[in-house]
Amino acid sequence: MEIKLRRRSRLSSAIRYAVLLIFGLIMLYPLIWLIGASFKTNAEIFSSPSFWPDNPTLSGYIQGWQTSTPYTFGRFFWNTFLIITPKVIGTAISCTLVAYGFARFEFPGKRILFATVIATLLLPNVVTRIPQYLLFRDIGWLDSFLPLWVPSAVAGDAFFVFMLIQFLRAIPRDMEEAARVDGANTLQTLVYIVVPMLMPAIISVCLFQFMWTMNDFLGPLIYISSVDKYPVSLALKLSIDTTEAFDWNQILAMSVLALAPSLAVFFLAQKYFIEGISTGGVKG
Amino acid sequence: MGGDSKYLGYFYVAPYVAGLLLFTAFPFAASFYLSFTDYDLLSSPRWTGLDNYTKLFTRDRTFDRSLQVTLLYVFLTVPIKLAFALLIAVILNYRLKAINFFRTAYYVPSILGGSIAIAVLWRYIFAEAGLVNMIIGVVGIEPINWFGDPDNALITITLLRCWQFGSAMVIFLAALQSVDKSLYEAASIDGANQWHLFRYITLPLITPVIFFNLIMQTVQAFQEFNGPYIITEGGPLKSTYLLPLYIYDKAFKSFDMGYASAIAWVLFAIIMVLTLVAFWSSKKWVYYAGDKRS
Repeated sequence: MEIKLRRRSRLSSAIRYAVLLIFGLIMLYPLIWLIGASFKTNAEIFSSPSFWPDNPTLSGYIQGWQTSTPYTFGRFFWNTFLIITPKVIGTAISCTLVAYGFARFEFPGKRILFATVIATLLLPNVVTRIPQYLLFRDIGWLDSFLPLWVPSAVAGDAFFVFMLIQFLRAIPRDMEEAARVDGANTLQTLVYIVVPMLMPAIISVCLFQFMWTMNDFLGPLIYISSVDKYPVSLALKLSIDTTEAFDWNQILAMSVLALAPSLAVFFLAQKYFIEGISTGGVKG
Repeated sequence: MGGDSKYLGYFYVAPYVAGLLLFTAFPFAASFYLSFTDYDLLSSPRWTGLDNYTKLFTRDRTFDRSLQVTLLYVFLTVPIKLAFALLIAVILNYRLKAINFFRTAYYVPSILGGSIAIAVLWRYIFAEAGLVNMIIGVVGIEPINWFGDPDNALITITLLRCWQFGSAMVIFLAALQSVDKSLYEAASIDGANQWHLFRYITLPLITPVIFFNLIMQTVQAFQEFNGPYIITEGGPLKSTYLLPLYIYDKAFKSFDMGYASAIAWVLFAIIMVLTLVAFWSSKKWVYYAGDKRS
């Protein structure tokens, strides 16, 4: 009886591992294949389901980097960096201030204001997009990075505010109260006590914002019209449109480069992603 | 914080309030107003009352088609995606040694999420001579015309988003790991089998998270843009022409801002109604344990 049970559980766990492994392989194969294909020649690109290139070549990378525009992909990566950096910094600072305000203070109208955070979380962007565009047009910010930066600098991403509030709720207040007794004001308490304790969550927010901005396409599509300001996402779309018979190996090579920063960041800091997304969903 | 003014909190939430008024509340109201106007960006908006809506519901074949494929897409994608996410999370929750490895592997596609590079990849692997047709060819299935056949094109987008079930999975997994193990032990002593444990303990306890994922994924799916825009370009025969694409074309290609706003509001109304139905029905199926946090 005892032995039978043990054997059965060993078998079922073997089955579970097998299922997970096979499924994981199916999941990751498109990405593996993409990386392999980026080193193939154009002639080979549709010839076999194997990801391994027969005659590996860097020509996809070398030619793809040049693009059909006067700029190289280096320019588009630089633009992406110019969009991301202020956006991430603005998000981190503004969302931390706001989450602190919600989690540690009582003020008239707080409940209603917090309800708007939740409502904004569920509000489809599609409703506000057109007037936002008209607003930025009237200010004269079209074809600049400002429309991509500014909303984030005023805690425009409700998800991050919500996430930080959730984290703050789980942090005990003793340290802060002790600091206040010692004569620190609320801002000093925030900077010297709360921020260090909240750091893992703030890093989560920065990483998510980094990824989302890397992936953002519709924002730049609407606001950026000059090619010299294009981020990578628009440049990729342009390269699909401009190659007549699709130089697949060039497009795929540039796709690999476009994904590389996100993949690197994810593997270096996956724990922050897992914690961030779990907190947003579970402790709510 | 005894000695502080009761208005001190406003100092900290001020940026949020500014952003809320400027970039959410005002645009929200403005788009509602615009949906009753004719506005081409050249002259100021002209009030046309219900014209936009009347036209939408009575004389706009494109809208009918677009609404149809949008609903089809959402009702296809969200349940499949969530079922996958839950199934994998449950398997991973069996205290496997390699849980972190698998969790990471399954989460990678989601992180790359809406990126254009992934949409490009999809366009390539579903191409006529692409990876998918090669693989099914090995099994002996005839190559499928993914992008030329209106019956198949939408499936490629659904498959793309179901491939990205990672964030829902991570949330499920976190919820599963917080289920009190002693409940299982007690039930097992009473003779419950694996299925009973899942059906009568696990499932009720994670209903709040199922609810959360359901709402989030539905709102997201209704706004799908990148996939159809890059992979199928809305075709063939508008079979992947989801409402966000139609709104984009009306607003930023034909500069028909009033009409585009009306479509956006119809889309918003649909999402709202479904969300309210979900909230209303949640009283019947979502089980909230006593709130342990004060």
